[in-house]
Amino acid sequence: MNKPVKIIIDDHEIEAFAGEKLLWAALDNDIFIPHLCAIREEKRSGASCRLCFVEIEGISQPVTSCTKSVEDGMVVKTRSPRIDRLVKTGFELLLSDHDLKCRECPANRSCALQKIAKERGLKLRQKRFKHIERDYQLDDSPKEFAFNRSRCVLCGQCVWADREEAKIGAIGFTRRGIKRVVTTFEDLPLAESICTECKLCVDACPVGALYYKDLKK
Amino acid sequence: MQLMEGEKEKILSSVDEVLSNSSKKKENLITILQKVQAKLGYLPALAMEKIADGINVPAADVYGLATFYNQFRLNPPGDHQVKVCLGTACYMVGGDITLESFERRMDIKEGETTPDRRYSLERVACVGCCTMAPVVVVDDEVEGKVTPTRVDGIMLELESKNGKAESKDDPGENQVTHQKEGEQE
Repeated sequence: MNKPVKIIIDDHEIEAFAGEKLLWAALDNDIFIPHLCAIREEKRSGASCRLCFVEIEGISQPVTSCTKSVEDGMVVKTRSPRIDRLVKTGFELLLSDHDLKCRECPANRSCALQKIAKERGLKLRQKRFKHIERDYQLDDSPKEFAFNRSRCVLCGQCVWADREEAKIGAIGFTRRGIKRVVTTFEDLPLAESICTECKLCVDACPVGALYYKDLKK
Repeated sequence: MQLMEGEKEKILSSVDEVLSNSSKKKENLITILQKVQAKLGYLPALAMEKIADGINVPAADVYGLATFYNQFRLNPPGDHQVKVCLGTACYMVGGDITLESFERRMDIKEGETTPDRRYSLERVACVGCCTMAPVVVVDDEVEGKVTPTRVDGIMLELESKNGKAESKDDPGENQVTHQKEGEQE
């Protein structure tokens, strides 16, 4: 894990640690790779957001950089027609059920989706997939924050914060497929669950799904 | 869902029995849930909480697993179980409209049970008689070509069956006591 090696990402030679995940090596060297679900401390990333694809010389298919360990002399590309296509599709699918009222969203300008769109020249309003309007009920039961599931990208950052940082276990993924949501046990409002309102999940949310009430205009 | 008289004790003893007969590992969660459901017919919230305590995982995880797999039901089976087929053939000829009609008539959503536990409504994927689409299975009896009008007919038949049962042992009175129990909890 701690042996420094040299790898090449997009023609830049960078120093990274063997065994470290490629995504973090790139990000630490200011090379942007889109990502939502990856967590640095997590042993094995779920690679569920399907955005951090890269191409590595010697590997025929694009791989998710959050699951690929750095090896000495790796030659990596963060952009290629194949990667762009995969990322575009993944991104469009994420946005196909996303509440796109960015101006009303407390994460406007700090949103991870906006950043990815800007970096990769992707549109937030995709036309390829039929848009799904979610009618999830806003959970504003906690004192200082609220949870708007129609903005959730199911990255799992809040669940990680709840489990591994706060050590509570109040929220988790439930249901399956298109119905998948982050909820409490029995879908109770957060204030009625075992949630301690520590707000670590709010800080972890890369979009505007979990947000502080007083930042909302 | 309100628990009925004596149900709480039954849930607790069933969960205890299953837990004491299985190793309390996270990997065993699915098996434990299956065993508990086999005993109780469904997975009440109380059972899920006790199981979560027993194997030391957050209750939200047990809930996540129980909602992920179709084999688990979170609501008790009703006296009359209605299963609406949404397989390809049934779906094409409006099985979803049939399901909606039942949802309206029973005033519950798919996967739920009426508060008096008379009816439960489920969706299934292909009963094996696609020529009769849209198909509905009412208490193990297959009904074919179920239009919304036929839904009304089925509900009338079921209600008349209830009526007969009611005159025998008068569940109307029981219902009131159930509600009282619910309030006490």
